[in-house]
Amino acid sequence: MTARIGVITFPGSLDDRDTHRAIRLAGAEPVALWHRDRDLQGVDATVLPGGFSYGDYLRAGAISRFSPVMESLVEAARDGLPVLGICNGFQVLTESHLLPGAMVRNDHLHFVCREQKLRVETAATAWTGDFTAGQEIHIPLKNMDGRYVADERTLDELEAEGRVVFRYLDGNPNGSLRDIAGITNEAGNVVGLMPHPEHAVEPLIGTAGTDGLGFFTSVLRTLSTVGKVSA
Amino acid sequence: MARVVVDVMLKPEILDPQGQAVQRALPRLGFGGISDVRQGKRFELELDGPADDAALARIHELAETFLANTVIEDFTVRVEETGAAGSPAETVRAVS
Repeated sequence: MTARIGVITFPGSLDDRDTHRAIRLAGAEPVALWHRDRDLQGVDATVLPGGFSYGDYLRAGAISRFSPVMESLVEAARDGLPVLGICNGFQVLTESHLLPGAMVRNDHLHFVCREQKLRVETAATAWTGDFTAGQEIHIPLKNMDGRYVADERTLDELEAEGRVVFRYLDGNPNGSLRDIAGITNEAGNVVGLMPHPEHAVEPLIGTAGTDGLGFFTSVLRTLSTVGKVSA
Repeated sequence: MARVVVDVMLKPEILDPQGQAVQRALPRLGFGGISDVRQGKRFELELDGPADDAALARIHELAETFLANTVIEDFTVRVEETGAAGSPAETVRAVS
């Protein structure tokens, strides 16, 4: 059985179509999920794509968090459903308290749009098993509110528990504390990051190569390991 | 009818680059003597009924779960009353 991976579309999502494409290229079936629909349609994993859901009004991700689909998703994530939040999706995950900390305005106040070098700090998550710890990858980055913040105790906990998943290399693009680009929850099934793996899945697109494909092949491997779908 | 005002500010330890950008523009505009600027949000809520304790408790909950992200922001809730003479008198009811 082919893995079915949901992609939630909020009003203002931008990268949902690219995420569908990335999932298809990785060999799985993308399933469109709608923000007003509580039904997760039995998907095996879910991606929250980038964009400006609800126009970033109030705070990025703050209004999306209360959409009907998120009520179901928060529950499913707590039960172990693999969830990946990309950029605005990461902001929704912190606002939903599925991940600790918060995202605030870039320290230099400029929108960032560039190819970003990252270090994969851990392969022990549902979305990074096809990488190796310490591996350097290139993924496009584009955001306005990308500065990851949390109190010192939370940051120390994340580091001690190996929950910093990605770190920015060759310069911090937005002032994120401890150069954090992505984190995971305690169980490792929920991962959020600011850069956009779905934009780096085909050689044709830019210079970033296909490092982003590893996120989607990783979750397929995770699902096959737990017997949800065949590899 | 009552108006309740919720002010939301970034916590003191959170960098506020927007406030800093405003502060840096001040000398150029001829406003000296201002050493720091912090930028926040103000919400004015018009109630159908009175701003009694029950209503304020609900608004406190609303502010805590939605208007503010308490990971990075503090908020205050206060009732804004218009006096008989039309001059506004503010009563601070709750501070978090």
